[in-house]
Amino acid sequence: MGSIAQTETARGYTRSELMVAAAGREVRDGELVFVGMRLPMLGFMVAKRTHAPNAVGLYENGVIRTTPAPELLYTMADPPNLRGATQLGQMLDVMNLLQQGRVQAGFLGAAEVDRFGNLNTTWGRRGGAQTRLPGSGGACDIACLAQRTVALLAHEKARLVERVTYITSPGYGAGDGWRKQQGLRAGSGPAAVITTMGVLRFGEDGEAFLASLHPGVHVEDVLSNTGWTLRVADRLVETPAPTAAELAVMRELDPKRFWTK
Amino acid sequence: MSKVLTMRDAVTRHVPDGAMVLLGAQLEQMIPFAAGHEIIRQGKRDLQLVGPISDILFDQMIGAGCVARVFAAWVGNVSAGVGYCFRRAVEQSDPRRLDVVDYTNFTVALALHAGAMGVPFMPTYATLGSDVLGRNGNLREFASPVSEEKLVAVRALRPEVAIIHAQRADAEGNAHLWGNLGVAVDGARAARKVIVVAEEIVAPDVIASDPNRTLIPGFLVAAVAHEPWGAHPSPVQGYYGRDHAYFTQYHEQSKTAADFAKWLERWVMTAPDRRAYMDLVGACRVGELGVKEHALSAAADFGY
Repeated sequence: MGSIAQTETARGYTRSELMVAAAGREVRDGELVFVGMRLPMLGFMVAKRTHAPNAVGLYENGVIRTTPAPELLYTMADPPNLRGATQLGQMLDVMNLLQQGRVQAGFLGAAEVDRFGNLNTTWGRRGGAQTRLPGSGGACDIACLAQRTVALLAHEKARLVERVTYITSPGYGAGDGWRKQQGLRAGSGPAAVITTMGVLRFGEDGEAFLASLHPGVHVEDVLSNTGWTLRVADRLVETPAPTAAELAVMRELDPKRFWTK
Repeated sequence: MSKVLTMRDAVTRHVPDGAMVLLGAQLEQMIPFAAGHEIIRQGKRDLQLVGPISDILFDQMIGAGCVARVFAAWVGNVSAGVGYCFRRAVEQSDPRRLDVVDYTNFTVALALHAGAMGVPFMPTYATLGSDVLGRNGNLREFASPVSEEKLVAVRALRPEVAIIHAQRADAEGNAHLWGNLGVAVDGARAARKVIVVAEEIVAPDVIASDPNRTLIPGFLVAAVAHEPWGAHPSPVQGYYGRDHAYFTQYHEQSKTAADFAKWLERWVMTAPDRRAYMDLVGACRVGELGVKEHALSAAADFGY
């Protein structure tokens, strides 16, 4: 995720905690969700304990949980994530659900995201040159097959680029109609990109726009830190602050702020 | 006939130079680190590693110069980030050139499933529209013969050997594994042969008492190595937890090639076996990682 180190503000929460709450709100009750790791995973755990108690968590390694994991996780295969799981299957068991179209939401990390929500986790930039990153993992699968996806990343010009150099995970490609042309299911695609400055959503034409601004952030900062001329919603809103209930869950699960400093 | 071998003999006999090896079928659990380290000590060359998500073991073997090619969806250090040896190998061919065949988790699983099914490919919609599809010659777009749509054919992978960690096995190689399955079941069948690395070797009637849990039947197995703690620093459900600090420390100690050389010397080259390695880990840490609260499953009655 890069370093989103923000000390606790006068508002009483960190930027990471705001993003976790925003991620959790992208989950609706009863949905099947590919949970991912780090902040999105924490977001899912918050959602499970607040507004989405019946959401079902799927992990790429084959773990399915309808109850929250008892401890904070460093990887999806940590022993607490397996203990008391709803089902421990093979990887194919969860991927097949995804391919059937049964998974409503999937969370993705991204090194780079572009104007049409395409993600790159294979090749990044380091000191001006191309650098090799770990790769897709399950991100490409989720981006292709989930009903909707939510990405999280730090809002930096080097990371929000006009066009990714490598499409690890397809968003809306080059715009409207592209996904259908590629053979991807109608109605699937990115729903939101949650950054350290705001939340981007996507228009009918597949292009991103700024939908909400985090408290204390100025629109000018968002625009100057985006690698293309970012459209702004006619009715731009402020990203809601995390509630006391949401913060309580986060701080109970991650007391040492391993993920949320 | 007993297939139990020392780790050294299992690797000597069954992992030749140039082999395609499935390692880390269970993603972040039960990673066969002891086997990987023995492979490094024996100076194996030109290996082609297969695994969906490899948490530092591929990085170590790449840094040690054993690997020519990887077929993988993700190569790095899961809780810490980038795998520095992997990055050095790709960007600078240090210590040697590395060919990376980029997959996704689903397509690695499907490649092994096709191998296990004995067919040339499995179809999927995954990777359509991505550069993963465009750059991987084992993924081919095609027109469905039974419906009006595009699909991707994922070519079968049939590794020469799969090295799979199991909680317990008998001397014939019949293995119980539980917890995180990942691609282990298909992987064991897709491979030409299996090396089972077991925490415990048990009597045949223990394994036979729960045939549903025998995920690797002995007739697929070439060798069984008894290697307690063979997956450290990764966890084994019911045996030991994840040594999170070890992964963080590895991240810090593999940043440069010189750093990694020191790490390798200390943890692999001068520790002749897993027991010596665990002496380095130390009794204190071993105590911390052990099971704090056992959780036995409900018994399943196979009687009649």
